[in-house]
Amino acid sequence: MPAGQQPILELQGITKSFGGVEALRGVDFALSPGEIHGLVGENGAGKSTLMKIIAGVHTEFSGRFLIDGAETHFRSARDAHAAGIAMVHQELSVAPDLTVAENVFLGNQPTNQLGLVQWRRMAREAGEQLARFGIDVDPMSRLGDLPIGLQQLIEIARVLFSGARIVILDEPTSALSPPEVERLFATLRRLREQGTGIVFISHFIEDILRVSDTVTVFRNGRKVAETASTATSKGALIEAMIGRGGEVLEHSYNDELMLPRPSNSSVVLKVDQLSLARSLKDVSFEARAGEVLGIYGFMGCGQQELSRILFGKLRPDGGTLAVDGKARTFASTAAARRAGVALVPESRRAMLFHQEPVYKNISISILDRISSLLLKPAQERDIAKRQVQQLQIRPPVVGLDLGMLSGGNQQKVALAKWLTYPPKLLVLCEPTRGMDVGAKNDVINIVRDLRAKGLAIIVLSTEPETVLSLADRILVLKRGALVREFANEPVSKDRLLEAA
Amino acid sequence: MASSETALAAGKRARGLAPFLRSQMRNIAPFLTLIFLSGFFAFASPSFATLDNLGNILTQVSVTGIIAVGLTFVILCAEIDLSIASIANVTGIAVAYFTLQESYVNIPNIPLPGAAAILLAILLCAALGLVNALGLTVIGIPSFIMTLAMMQIAAGISALLVRGQIAYKVPDVITTLGSGSVSGIPWIVIVAAIMLLGGHLVLTYTRFGRYVYMVGGNREAAEYSGLNVKLILGAVMVISAVCSGIGGMLGVAHFGSAQQNEFDTYLLDSIAAVVVGGTSLFGGRGGIGNTIVGLFVLGVLNNGLDHVNIDSFLKILIRGLILLAALVINVYAQRLREKAVE
Repeated sequence: MPAGQQPILELQGITKSFGGVEALRGVDFALSPGEIHGLVGENGAGKSTLMKIIAGVHTEFSGRFLIDGAETHFRSARDAHAAGIAMVHQELSVAPDLTVAENVFLGNQPTNQLGLVQWRRMAREAGEQLARFGIDVDPMSRLGDLPIGLQQLIEIARVLFSGARIVILDEPTSALSPPEVERLFATLRRLREQGTGIVFISHFIEDILRVSDTVTVFRNGRKVAETASTATSKGALIEAMIGRGGEVLEHSYNDELMLPRPSNSSVVLKVDQLSLARSLKDVSFEARAGEVLGIYGFMGCGQQELSRILFGKLRPDGGTLAVDGKARTFASTAAARRAGVALVPESRRAMLFHQEPVYKNISISILDRISSLLLKPAQERDIAKRQVQQLQIRPPVVGLDLGMLSGGNQQKVALAKWLTYPPKLLVLCEPTRGMDVGAKNDVINIVRDLRAKGLAIIVLSTEPETVLSLADRILVLKRGALVREFANEPVSKDRLLEAA
Repeated sequence: MASSETALAAGKRARGLAPFLRSQMRNIAPFLTLIFLSGFFAFASPSFATLDNLGNILTQVSVTGIIAVGLTFVILCAEIDLSIASIANVTGIAVAYFTLQESYVNIPNIPLPGAAAILLAILLCAALGLVNALGLTVIGIPSFIMTLAMMQIAAGISALLVRGQIAYKVPDVITTLGSGSVSGIPWIVIVAAIMLLGGHLVLTYTRFGRYVYMVGGNREAAEYSGLNVKLILGAVMVISAVCSGIGGMLGVAHFGSAQQNEFDTYLLDSIAAVVVGGTSLFGGRGGIGNTIVGLFVLGVLNNGLDHVNIDSFLKILIRGLILLAALVINVYAQRLREKAVE
């Protein structure tokens, strides 16, 4: 353990506010060489803000910032990079049209005296680096052709092997399959032995406990606890995070769970022999009113494509789908919406307008129901206020720009826009990804309410916990084909993972 | 505008004055530019700040203003229309082509009653706009390239219609609207004002207007909200072409002749008016109010430079530099706003 050593990075009394809202209040933080430091906290607790300060993204804040004991002030992310700090952001940031090797060496390709890129050397070294990480791909293939999980691993590999002394990983495991997570952890441990300081942010508390030496807990912009990870437990951390009894909130789903007998209510969606190029093969299933159908599979199994077909964004190569018994081929997402299908995609950025106020975000999908030609702003605001109240969106100000809300609250807005006039079929992709325990529970309750109202709901997720916490019936999708159905039988995380 | 009111309220509540001003930079900067330019020319030339000259400026920006209404819709959707000037030109030529010309005009044209000539001209520009729309949405050609091709196509149709000649007559109602006046106010100024007002009302108070802003603000989110994004994009291309056509018909009447390449300067002027006014090239921000300010900045600049004693070749350079400054502010304002929201 690195006790007694001088920290490579030390922050003292950091305070940062965004337009009057304090995101961090007097936070102290230290990272030693050869330490893996886990960070946990609810959405909006301040973890990401602190990391962005370290990585030079946010440059205005108060407090002291020391590297190797010397006070420093970064003016840009470039300065941070020069000081040996590298960060993997929550969202994928790769160049899909470049080769794998170019992505690995992005910004520092090996060149000869003339300044020309040495392709052969670059390909060889990229291949070697990735192989150490357990990734076996052709370094000259186009990155965008690889599955998303693999792309994320390659991005992480690039940062880990960039020679940085301080590496920050923000939710690196959310898109990875269990074996990929194992490889990541093995690499992190190897880097730790070489003296790299690593900050690891995750909502998966088991992951944090397994890989980190120290855990720091944030709540409401404050650091509320810092302990050795051997001296704490999942329950204790959750309690510190949310400030109330945690055990009841987070199921581990290691135990078996009994799925109910399938309902025989009316079939809302019937999908028959759906196929799409390399993504989906002969997928057939039904979704019924008042039922939550879970579709589980690893990243890249075809879930994303399936959800896009249901909402008219992608057109299948073959197969049919019928809503309420009527065969449909959606020419646009507008056609799908009119047929009563709604989709909440996995990325909030993809469905929300960050520069527009909350009420316009909520009303956009229902404008044609409340106004034929002229807008009715007062009615829009009333509808938005009702939704904000029902879903407990904070702060409850419908005129505020959406970008000012925290991630969990934005996700609720994404749901709210479909709920004023509930659709027949609601498709939710990763509805609880990146959310804290409290917000997760809120979403689970909202989904249960909707099921009680008779909606057919499809939940697609790569996290077994998400599917298990919501679904009445579970389908497992593997490489584009449905391989297993769980209904009216006991199911557990292990069984799901086994089937996928 | 309703949207700026809510921004104002939110700004006061959550932030305070300085960040609020920063987020409104896009609206404030063009206005300050206008005040500065007006002040400068009023100081430099005694003939600038007169009621007569205000009338001149208004008349001079009218055709640009009519064309800029449609272009504002297009730029708000984060697209561009480079065919506006060509479509204005071909529509103006078409309406003359369908009007009986004096015997000395040597064009093999087809004289029709005035209403029919106007109708056919409008149909022509709408059809060209529809081709733009289909190319953009159905085939998926970027609007920059699609409308560049349309610029040539429309210029080609113009050339075939007039064959290097000049036509002079247009239907009476167009002549009146283009060059007549009522109680001292030129009709063309009134038409421009009505069209600008109409554009503003559509953008601010109708469902379609909201969709335009939303598609421009985040196209992917608009699609995931179940909006028919292609229909909206197609509609703005047609609106742009029809506004250009109206501007072209009145312009021909205003200039007193219809000929090839008559509107070439209006492409740059219209784009400049919209962008100088502060409408974001990235879409979703700005509006007709901005375009009006932009029109006045350009109008005051063009007119004012004629009132001061400057090398007329230097004027072109000065115009270019002022446009560059406006573009810098446009991009910078977008960045400031993103920061304020973050």
